[in-house]
Amino acid sequence: MAGPVASVRAWFDERFPLDDLKALAQKKKVPVHHYSYWYFLGGMTLFLFGVQVLTGALLLLYYRPGADEAFESVQFIMTQVQFGWLIRSVHSWSANLLVFMAFAHLFSVLFLRSYRKPRELTWVSGILLLFLMLGFGFSGYLLPWNTLSYFATKVGTEIPAQIPIIGRPVLLFLRGGEDITGSTLTRLYGFHVAILPALATVLIGLHLALIQWFGMSVPPGVEAKWRATPEDRKEIRFFPNFVLRELMAWYVALGLLGALAALFPWGLGVKADPFASAPAGIKPEWYFLFMFQTLKLIPAKVLGMDGEMLGILAFGVVGAVALLLPFLDREKPFKTRRWITGLACVFLGYMAVMTVDGWVAK
Amino acid sequence: MIKVRDSVTCRLGAVIVVAAWLIGNGLIAFAQTKNSCLDCHSNLPEPLGVSVETYGQNIHAQKGLTCAACHGGDASSDDPEKAMSRAAGWKGKIERKQIPELCASCHADAERMKKYNPSLRVDQFQQYKTSVHGMKWAKGDNKVAVCTDCHGVHDLRAPSDPRSKVHPINIATTCSRCHADAEYMKPYGIKTDQFANYEQSVHHDAMVVRGDLSAPTCTTCHGNHGATPPGVANVTNVCSNCHVFQAQLFQTSPHKDAFAAMGFPGCVTCHSNHAIKAPTDEMIGAGPKAVCMNCHTAGDAGSMQAEAMHAQLTNLASAIAASDELLSRAERQGMEVSQPKLQQTQARDALLKARVAVHAFRDSGLKQDTDAGLATTKLTYVAGQKAMQEWRFRRVGLGLSLVLIALTLVGLGFYIRRLEQK
Repeated sequence: MAGPVASVRAWFDERFPLDDLKALAQKKKVPVHHYSYWYFLGGMTLFLFGVQVLTGALLLLYYRPGADEAFESVQFIMTQVQFGWLIRSVHSWSANLLVFMAFAHLFSVLFLRSYRKPRELTWVSGILLLFLMLGFGFSGYLLPWNTLSYFATKVGTEIPAQIPIIGRPVLLFLRGGEDITGSTLTRLYGFHVAILPALATVLIGLHLALIQWFGMSVPPGVEAKWRATPEDRKEIRFFPNFVLRELMAWYVALGLLGALAALFPWGLGVKADPFASAPAGIKPEWYFLFMFQTLKLIPAKVLGMDGEMLGILAFGVVGAVALLLPFLDREKPFKTRRWITGLACVFLGYMAVMTVDGWVAK
Repeated sequence: MIKVRDSVTCRLGAVIVVAAWLIGNGLIAFAQTKNSCLDCHSNLPEPLGVSVETYGQNIHAQKGLTCAACHGGDASSDDPEKAMSRAAGWKGKIERKQIPELCASCHADAERMKKYNPSLRVDQFQQYKTSVHGMKWAKGDNKVAVCTDCHGVHDLRAPSDPRSKVHPINIATTCSRCHADAEYMKPYGIKTDQFANYEQSVHHDAMVVRGDLSAPTCTTCHGNHGATPPGVANVTNVCSNCHVFQAQLFQTSPHKDAFAAMGFPGCVTCHSNHAIKAPTDEMIGAGPKAVCMNCHTAGDAGSMQAEAMHAQLTNLASAIAASDELLSRAERQGMEVSQPKLQQTQARDALLKARVAVHAFRDSGLKQDTDAGLATTKLTYVAGQKAMQEWRFRRVGLGLSLVLIALTLVGLGFYIRRLEQK
């Protein structure tokens, strides 16, 4: 005689393809080789995004957007709400770790050449997700409405204004007017909690579905070796073996987030005063620092062109190249295009140097 | 046809008349401002030389006056004989004793001065004559300051110009040129340490270091053209121009009559005159730095009051410092304490008010302010303690969480190993 659990399950089986999904999860195998640990980065990024959704939803219970209320509401969260400090600090730290992890995931995929056919769309959706994460970072930065975030947003929104023709409309669209005001705050709040999450949900769904469909990519070198000696091929089941390992990584990330939040709670700063002068050495978040520093160092005129505009154009080209990378890599079948790896190394080094330079610069 | 021609002739005539009028005015203006003296004197060495640059920065030159305005003669003539002819009123070098009256010939003439600056006073010479400088000048003392000693001669600038010798920031230095010169001041038998003392004062610090032009300098207390040493009776009045509340409280204090009876000047008795240092709480009480003990003796009613006031001030100052220290410690640990830190400003305000209230010289006058300050520091201290408790709680919580996470990781590790051994 079937128990109540079996009955419920049978009821679901008739109405939802639960067994098919289980079969799909169990069918998937994860290759085991020297570079397998890089596979954890994507899952880690997903975990941190989940933390953001959860802590962000909790912050929404108390946060009030508006130039007169935002700072005070964050102050209330930090001082009066039970464990409010923990939620906000975890949200802020997790946001930074998420962007770091997304970049690390991107470069690991790039260096392992996992974007090759048939995974081009997985790569494209991943790059778009990275852009979205940067958008989350930019829009969320202003929400506490403190001096640093106010002036960083002011500088940040001035940068696209340099683009000819569309620059000014973009600035007005981002700011909701000429200056950074309460309108900018509510606008960026809308992007941060509604528009960007909606887009991210669709793209993450697509990204995960594509990964599940095509399985994990094996680096070209390992694949060639396995083809020569098929007995060396090693795999583990995605569920539960890989998922349990990933779970261990998530626990480590959770511990790290807790430690960072408890030992270095995210500061509140001083409430933004639009009439005050900008504090010296104003800087954006670290992940925008390499671009900011480049625009600072670039000469006013380069070959008769506006230097800042040229810099923005260059970063636009880098973004477009990154997005279309799988379609530029045309060498077949698995011969590594060394120049892509070389350029990626150069760009990674450039990012690191400029970030450090921007960090230490006064 | 004739009408048309007449009309053209009329218009042409009008144009010629207007042009002639404009050219004529231009020539008159040129003749008025032409200063031929500089043609030669800009090339001569001191003391006869005046560079074009120096003279160009002179306020008189900027207002269109030439050398002839003071020295007489005809500055519009290129002929030195005519320009410096006695017939044209040339006076040559102006004698020092003639300077005040020469300057006054314009600066005491309201009708003339309003053409240049309607808001400029014209009583400087009248004031000068009432000053120590002016009275000695009237008696034939040729060493005392006359207009040009302070204002300059050919490099004379408007007082609002920071390069002017009488700009607030430069006044003390200008006065010190005579008053800090012991040899020069010897015949007058007055001290020459005023500038050295002033340089150590809180007023000099405000004026020169912080650039606060409203801070007092020599002329703020002594006057400028009517410069005179403030006497015993009017010192309080001078200080009270800025320190209003302290002066009002002093007027109600027992010290007012006592000081008057003993012939002591008001504020200066405790604070000194030129070397006014930033006051400290140690100035009041019965301690070694307390000025009260200059008159009072240990154990008398006055010293008891002074000690009581000292205790109230130092109690509040200590309470503020204790809360500051605790809140800073909590802040360094990453705790959010901006609200109690903001509250601390209320306690600081209360201390400031209490320090002003000292000038009534009654311990009861401070109590209201010090009690309010102490009540605030009590709240901020408790807030600091709570922040530190919360910090400790977070550390313990973190430790326990990490232990739990570590145990879970170990468990997961064992579980995976068992799973894969099957």
